Amino acid sequence: MNEHITEIVIFTALFLLVSGMGFVAARWRRADDLASLNEWGLGGRNFGSWITWFLVGGDLYTAYTFVAVPALLFGAGATGFFAVPYTVITYPLVMLVLIRLWSVSHVHGLVTPADFVRVRFGSPTLALLVAITGIVATMPYIALQLIGIEAVLKTMGVTGDLPLIIAFAILAAYTYQSGLRAPALIAFVKDILIYVVILVAVIYIPAKLGGFGSIFDAADAKFAQTPAPGDGTLLNANNQLQYITLALGSAMALFLYPHSVTGVLASRSRDVIKRNMSALPAYSLLLGLIALLGYMAIAAGITPIGTDVNTVVPQLFDQMFPDWFTGVAFAAIGIGALVPAAIMSIAAANLFTRNIYKEYIRRDATDAQEARVSKLTSLVVKVGAVLCILLIDPQFSIDLQLIGGVIILQTLPSVALGLFTRWFHRVGLIAGWTAGMTAGMVLLYNIANPANNHAHFGGSAFPLSKLGFDTPMTVYAGFLALIVNLAVAALATVIARRLGSSEGVDGTRARDYTADAGDPEVKDDVELAGST
Amino acid sequence: MTDPRSPRSDRSRWNWVLLPAIVVPLIPALFNHEEPRLFGVPLFYWLQLAFLVISVSATLIVYRVTRR
Repeated sequence: MNEHITEIVIFTALFLLVSGMGFVAARWRRADDLASLNEWGLGGRNFGSWITWFLVGGDLYTAYTFVAVPALLFGAGATGFFAVPYTVITYPLVMLVLIRLWSVSHVHGLVTPADFVRVRFGSPTLALLVAITGIVATMPYIALQLIGIEAVLKTMGVTGDLPLIIAFAILAAYTYQSGLRAPALIAFVKDILIYVVILVAVIYIPAKLGGFGSIFDAADAKFAQTPAPGDGTLLNANNQLQYITLALGSAMALFLYPHSVTGVLASRSRDVIKRNMSALPAYSLLLGLIALLGYMAIAAGITPIGTDVNTVVPQLFDQMFPDWFTGVAFAAIGIGALVPAAIMSIAAANLFTRNIYKEYIRRDATDAQEARVSKLTSLVVKVGAVLCILLIDPQFSIDLQLIGGVIILQTLPSVALGLFTRWFHRVGLIAGWTAGMTAGMVLLYNIANPANNHAHFGGSAFPLSKLGFDTPMTVYAGFLALIVNLAVAALATVIARRLGSSEGVDGTRARDYTADAGDPEVKDDVELAGST
Repeated sequence: MTDPRSPRSDRSRWNWVLLPAIVVPLIPALFNHEEPRLFGVPLFYWLQLAFLVISVSATLIVYRVTRR
């Protein structure tokens, strides 16, 4: 008999409870019918501060994050802690941007970031590029959520693909039925479980290991023994630039991801967003504490199962906690994967429906047809994610997600800067995007990682010496690619204007960007307008 | 409720308080040190978490001041 039987029973019970909630969610905050993207894809655009906090928090801080960030600290030390400055600076950075996006989206009935680009720059081509970038960046992210569940299942001794397939099939079914309401309702359970587990973990585990002092001493001792020059519990002169450019680049990229935008647009008013910018950092504190679990695993003498470092946190819980609480902790991670996976698949499906299907395949699609296409696409996206994990080496998804962060950053000039200025020419933005994507790919291709025998795509830290600089310093590849993107976009804008190239129609007015709930332009029940 | 026709703007001098919340956590010279430790945790870790206070205060101030 399996020694993990208590854990498995509790994990399964909580998982089923949450799945039930997912199906019931269709009736929560009841809509007349779910046959429109406003209802299925944005939950009626009426979520208040609390729901938004749980939804966006559950969306951004994923199961994979909770497993992978401590694994980074376990493996390399201080460099993995970049997740903290990243999630600390992102809210003050995006606050003024997001309220403008909310306003213009509610006035014009926009659902995706590409919708905005379409209206603002009058360019279906640029909108298509933004949409494809969003879909490509999101797909591997969904696949990674499975890795979170897989790490937990492995630790419980559950092997084989069937449990994973069942979990995702259940997820697909209730997302299909309930849309964004499902992850919104489940997020309550997920986050409460995570908060409880982590607070217990950061008090209970250090107490058992002799306090934080000895935990950090153990980590220091481990890194002193390894031959790698870049690890340690502090940064060194060569990886500081990488650390801050990675934190800044990730912070800029976070709210360009379609699933983040989905959470933001589902909120009721600008005030809900502003208030959440000071409430969401609570999750960043949690993430910082979770990161330290990586060092606790070192102090506890944990070794990964096989070569999968993502198993260190589940194993730490397994070793430290009584069985029943380990079951709760595992359920928190497992359910933690479901919320973001659902929102991401909804966001990717909305991009396909609005910016490819409606733009290129069926221009006169009704609301009901749009919702139907989105629901089906969300299924396709999830099947794709499962196949990705089962058929291809999971490392491939991790590499792809790394690339995803770099490429989503290339939509910044069109989406984020576009919210403030119409200075860039649409031709310039297309040229900038192309240059940024190319630069990003070339840079990532040239990053090797001796630790896992990768000759290419071995990480995001690009050595400046490869550009001819005489220094061992590294920098975040996405950051360099963005600079290339901006420079080319500016240059091509100037050239396009000189040549008198058509600017395209800007469908927005200045006051659209400051409109708020209660204004006549902002209808409670937004008509999903085409791009006018 | 304000008159929706009156020009509304997000411009405010108070928005500048967001700037230090973004810049300070990106200066490694401030936090890349072992000592002083807090409850055994090196400065590097507890100070970067403490920067959350700046972030929360800044966004809270902007929210309060610009609330309708």
